[in-house]
Amino acid sequence: MISSSLIPCGQFKTTYAADTTIFLTPASRYWCFAGILLAAASPLVLSNYLLALMIQIGFYGIAALGLNILVGCTGQISLGHAAFFGFGAFASAWLNNSFGVPVLLAIPLAGVMTTLLGLLFGIPAGRLKGLYLAIATFASQFILEDFFARANWFTGGSSGAMANPISLFGMELSGDKSFFYVVLFFVVVMYLLGTNLLRTRDGRAFVAVRDHYLSAEVMGINLTKYRILSFGISSFYAGVGGALYGHYLGYVSAEGFTILLSIQFLGMIIIGGMGSVMGTLMGTAFMVLLPEGTEAAVSTIKHFTGDIPALTSALAYIKEAAIGLAIVLFLIFEPDGLVHRWRLIKSYWKLYPFSY
Amino acid sequence: MGSSLFLQLLVNGLIVGTLYGVVAMCFVLIYKSTQVVNFAQGEFLLIGAWTCWWLVTSMALPFYVAFPMTFLFMMVFGIALQMIVLRPLIGEPVISVIMVTIGLSIFFQAVMKSIFGVWAQPFPEIFPVKSVDILGLSVQPAYLMSLVVSVVIMGAFAWFFKYSRMGLAMRATAFNQQVAQSLGISVKAVFATAWAISAMVSALAGVVVGMVNGVSSALSFFGIKVFPAVIVGGLDSIIGAVVGGLIIGVLENLAEYADGQYLHVGNLYTVAPFYVLVIILMIKPYGLFGTKTIERV
Repeated sequence: MISSSLIPCGQFKTTYAADTTIFLTPASRYWCFAGILLAAASPLVLSNYLLALMIQIGFYGIAALGLNILVGCTGQISLGHAAFFGFGAFASAWLNNSFGVPVLLAIPLAGVMTTLLGLLFGIPAGRLKGLYLAIATFASQFILEDFFARANWFTGGSSGAMANPISLFGMELSGDKSFFYVVLFFVVVMYLLGTNLLRTRDGRAFVAVRDHYLSAEVMGINLTKYRILSFGISSFYAGVGGALYGHYLGYVSAEGFTILLSIQFLGMIIIGGMGSVMGTLMGTAFMVLLPEGTEAAVSTIKHFTGDIPALTSALAYIKEAAIGLAIVLFLIFEPDGLVHRWRLIKSYWKLYPFSY
Repeated sequence: MGSSLFLQLLVNGLIVGTLYGVVAMCFVLIYKSTQVVNFAQGEFLLIGAWTCWWLVTSMALPFYVAFPMTFLFMMVFGIALQMIVLRPLIGEPVISVIMVTIGLSIFFQAVMKSIFGVWAQPFPEIFPVKSVDILGLSVQPAYLMSLVVSVVIMGAFAWFFKYSRMGLAMRATAFNQQVAQSLGISVKAVFATAWAISAMVSALAGVVVGMVNGVSSALSFFGIKVFPAVIVGGLDSIIGAVVGGLIIGVLENLAEYADGQYLHVGNLYTVAPFYVLVIILMIKPYGLFGTKTIERV
């Protein structure tokens, strides 16, 4: 769960405003800027394949941040995030195809549409919690999946919908390189918004609801309002992420948004660290790279043992099993996620030769 | 045509419903005694059915040997799962426990697919496949047998919880873990037994379904259909699980009937239970027979 990170000596705060800045230390701010600059420069160096992976991390990361605000910060469980992600993708394609809304505008608008849907599906969240909510969202995943397959006017039914590439000032941003900057822009904006949200009254109210809902209510937090609001915000993120996904692939079909993707989203935030903005990105990167890593591992094994046909044919399932296994192992051995591990590494090096 | 089809679907619904009831009972058993929501219940069916299928076809064992061996394997499997994966998570938040069982479900499903492939494999014929006529309705003997087996299991569950020592210990543990422990009940043993029984009985259901429809990864869908059943019946009620299973089984088939005859929307069969689930959760979250202890906000 979110906790105070290591604040180096000399970084004491004297005002409340200073204590609630987005970046707790100047060093973290510089690192963040450096990271963005590095990411912006990466298309010059990286191959298209690696770039495609980075783009995936980008749009999944946006959606995962929404889920982290809902699950990690507000303590509400959602097993239907992929359905909202998919709704965003369809909504953006629909706005663009049916009404000619420019794609760059359709993406946030799709986010807004998904928010409305999320508020609707969040109504049970006002009344249920924990396990019951998990089951309710589980049901909403299936209901929405069914809706995608059926609503021809909206999703194109079983044949799917075409999503046009993004065009800006008459330039079409369709290649991996140019789309990378679009995704980077959205990632930066959405992550800034997310971090900012968590230091406002609403963000702190979410955390209060998570930590002890009775105390939160005593302190004047309207539980129902904040629970549903959290659903709405998380759906907005899912919608924007989904819209980017749709316009990146150029084609949206209902098969992509199954319960497995919902579970992967949950896996991202568990592996990254619940309630941590930074961890979300780490977890997403882990989850996106996991199948690649598995494939590399399998080909290494094959390199030593010669070709095993059974292994090749089972590769898709091995990748799937790796996802499940990663979630289980992380929950048993590192329930605080990669971000916790990262802090341990930092503290180790801070005190390096004398660890006490 | 209309009414006979209706009756046929009703009977099908009742038969499938008893199977849902059995699986839901296993689910409730785990939830009640260990407070774990088992999203991997469907995979128990899958693993049990594949194991039995493998023993019968590849090992060429007769069914009456293979079946007890499957049972034994599932018992060990259930206990191992509880000890290795679930025990470290005692006291962790709900989400961790849910996610672990979901992770397990993905993992086992993928492993089973990679070992046995995705295509449905028919079970070698153990019971005659020809349908028998009962009151003018054709019913498959395997289905009839599954009905009998389900009812026997339900009876056995009732006996177990009412009269056996372990059943009593389980009820005590479900009621209050600490008090049960102070009375000398080994909570660890109770947890392990709950998982073992659940795994074994689910495997039995898996084998029965496999005999009728062939063994395939579609079996794990039973684990998903269990949720509407247990929510309708009440999460912590064994009787509720049976009734909920029957209701969902019948409802599913009625939805199919209504769909085919009047509505023509298609796919209502799979989605209708989930609509019911959401509605029940909104108006009566503790279900028909569940205890009304959940906190309302």
